[in-house]
Amino acid sequence: MRVNGQAIQPYLFLLPALVLFATFSVFPFYLMMETSLFQWDGVSPIRQFVGLHNYAQAILHDPVFHQSFIHGSWVTLLALTFQNALALLLAIAVNRNLPGRGIYRTIFFLPPILSEIVVGLIWFWIYDGNFGILNESLTRLGLASWARSWLADPHTALNAIAVIHMWKGFGWGFVIFLAGLQTIPDELYEAARVDGAGSWYRFWHITIPLLSPVVILVSILTILGTMQIFALIIATTGGGPGYHTEVPITRIFASMLGSSRFGYACAQGIVFGLILLVFSLLQLRLQKRTTP
Amino acid sequence: MTGLPVAHSKNGGGSRLNKFSIADLRLSIEKWLGPSIGNRQSAIGNTGVLAVVFFIISSGLSGCAPQSSEPTPLRVWHSLTDREGAFHQLASRYQKETGIAVRFELYAPTDIYEQKVRSAAQIDGLPEIYSVMSGEMRELASFIQAGHVLSLEETMSRNSDAWRSIFFPRALAVNTLRPGNPFNVPPGVYGVPLDVMNVQIFYNKKLLAALGVDPLKGPATWAEFIALGKSAKQQGLIGLVSGWAELWMIDCFASNYAIHLMGMDKVEATYQGEVLYTDSDWLKIFSLFAQLRDSGLLAEGIVSLGNKQAEQLFANERAVFAFNGTWGVNVYKGMNPDLDYGVMMPPPFIHSRPMVTWGGAGASFVVNAKAPRREEAVAFLQWLTAEPQQRQLTEATQNIPANRLAASGLPEKLAAFADDMDATVHPRLFSVQEGPTVIEAFDKGIQSILIGEATPEEIAQHLEQLKRREASLHIP
Repeated sequence: MRVNGQAIQPYLFLLPALVLFATFSVFPFYLMMETSLFQWDGVSPIRQFVGLHNYAQAILHDPVFHQSFIHGSWVTLLALTFQNALALLLAIAVNRNLPGRGIYRTIFFLPPILSEIVVGLIWFWIYDGNFGILNESLTRLGLASWARSWLADPHTALNAIAVIHMWKGFGWGFVIFLAGLQTIPDELYEAARVDGAGSWYRFWHITIPLLSPVVILVSILTILGTMQIFALIIATTGGGPGYHTEVPITRIFASMLGSSRFGYACAQGIVFGLILLVFSLLQLRLQKRTTP
Repeated sequence: MTGLPVAHSKNGGGSRLNKFSIADLRLSIEKWLGPSIGNRQSAIGNTGVLAVVFFIISSGLSGCAPQSSEPTPLRVWHSLTDREGAFHQLASRYQKETGIAVRFELYAPTDIYEQKVRSAAQIDGLPEIYSVMSGEMRELASFIQAGHVLSLEETMSRNSDAWRSIFFPRALAVNTLRPGNPFNVPPGVYGVPLDVMNVQIFYNKKLLAALGVDPLKGPATWAEFIALGKSAKQQGLIGLVSGWAELWMIDCFASNYAIHLMGMDKVEATYQGEVLYTDSDWLKIFSLFAQLRDSGLLAEGIVSLGNKQAEQLFANERAVFAFNGTWGVNVYKGMNPDLDYGVMMPPPFIHSRPMVTWGGAGASFVVNAKAPRREEAVAFLQWLTAEPQQRQLTEATQNIPANRLAASGLPEKLAAFADDMDATVHPRLFSVQEGPTVIEAFDKGIQSILIGEATPEEIAQHLEQLKRREASLHIP
């Protein structure tokens, strides 16, 4: 059979990308799936096949792993609400013809480009229970009774992390919201104004509906980004005190390097990945429904 | 623009990508290379263009390969940032003396280093010399079983134990697998200690005197130690700092007192499941942390302090005590050269058994058993641990040398640590090991006691439940 040269050309061009994708994405994922079916310490030549035991343990018998999902979800919920609300408000403010709005754009986008480790260390000193700026400020304001070791107190540690995460992350939402706002034609607002619509009405009936695809995009990025929070926690609490700031990735990391249970860590990673996949698919459906 | 021109379109911009073909690419390349080449190569076919593309890619890749006529050096992977400079000086000296090049490669921090070593082990890409960082013997045993670590037993035993005899016995012990070990690894020495360390309590002499304690002695008992919390607080001082956000530091403190109070046999029996964590002795251990919490001696938020932050607090004379390792001597010297401090063993809780402290080998190197030049690597380690080199390392980095002969004439503060080397204990010295999940729960449980959210009894119960659960889930 004669192979048509024209027919195979596209595949030849795709080949390098496919090879790279298969080498660095598909094959590692396959290895991860395979490893999750074994009990293995990551070094030993002997791997014991355990079937779905690792999955059963991760799903049914690991309360700390389950707790880590609750922690991750809580930070995500805070980020979805407060962080994104702040990002939207600031985007709306900068979208108006404020003097020096270019400077605001730069300032708001500074935290996201900083290293999470650096941010974590800076906030660590702000929150420090002995000589931290936050406690010092509270004391000067006559609120000394509020002073505490924010990252070591089980009642405040997770929320303190969430504040750092939101501070660092709102710039992303801000930029995307701003881009979305700039795509809404001014004519719509002018027409609504001529019809006597107030600013609140214009916001709810023009801005929000037209911005909804962007809101969904920002939401899903927030969910994926926040559920995978890791470096910030390593730089501040390491998951402590106790298990109070453990999140899914810190648990996977602990299983892999802390206790050398590579098979189990892979199973945890796949369970976690599947949950994020479900969120992503839900978002895609929602986006399809809301996109005109 | 002098780069590769954009491909020609036959049907306008809207379908540029769809219509892009090898013919377009050929035209582009001809334009890019210039008309003369284009004319000469007017017969460039599809295969020819593809060949050009693959040539460019492959030459790019081949360009990544090192091309040097110099002899391949012995490679040493380490994560010891403070010793990097000294290592390079020693490598230069070794090359001058023997003609053999050695390249020290630093990969830090430790967890990154560990990942690198594990990854390299998977593809047999380990260098001639490296470290197995984990404190647990099972980790070293795994590397040995996988054939990544050379047994040094024979070399150590040559000439009536000539090499073995130069080391502090405890430093060598943590690199030695004993006969009948639970990992079924042939007994013998598998690692070469470079220096030795232990973890003790540093105290600021000036601040201690301010608390009314003789700075030459320090508190002699646990009760005296705890009592200082109140007076430290009254004077606005932090009592004790340590990096107890790092679980292993908590583990050091706890295991010191566990072995002091119970002896190694009973601790080992607990690991084997013969003694319960709800045993009264273990409850006493957990209660020590409750006492520390209630005494006011601990730094605010000690469970969120990394050791680096704890070191800064002590070096800045904010804290009276610091629970820290031998490396602290060098760290404090760098942070505050005028700091006047002493070193003491953790204060004993009982008098019937001597106090112990966590320690042994500070850094150890192993030789890759699969490396063709393993014998040269062993020879280099013999040279590196000889007295002159060990003295040079000590001078440069303020660590206690693993070679006992080089440990004479140490500065006063280091000598205090060296004197207590015989009182050190280390997890690798136990013939059985506790499960990693239980170890983590043990350390996190102590954090929970320190923040006042759990009692010693609750933690003991939790550990027992966890141990039973782990046993039931264990796959034989």
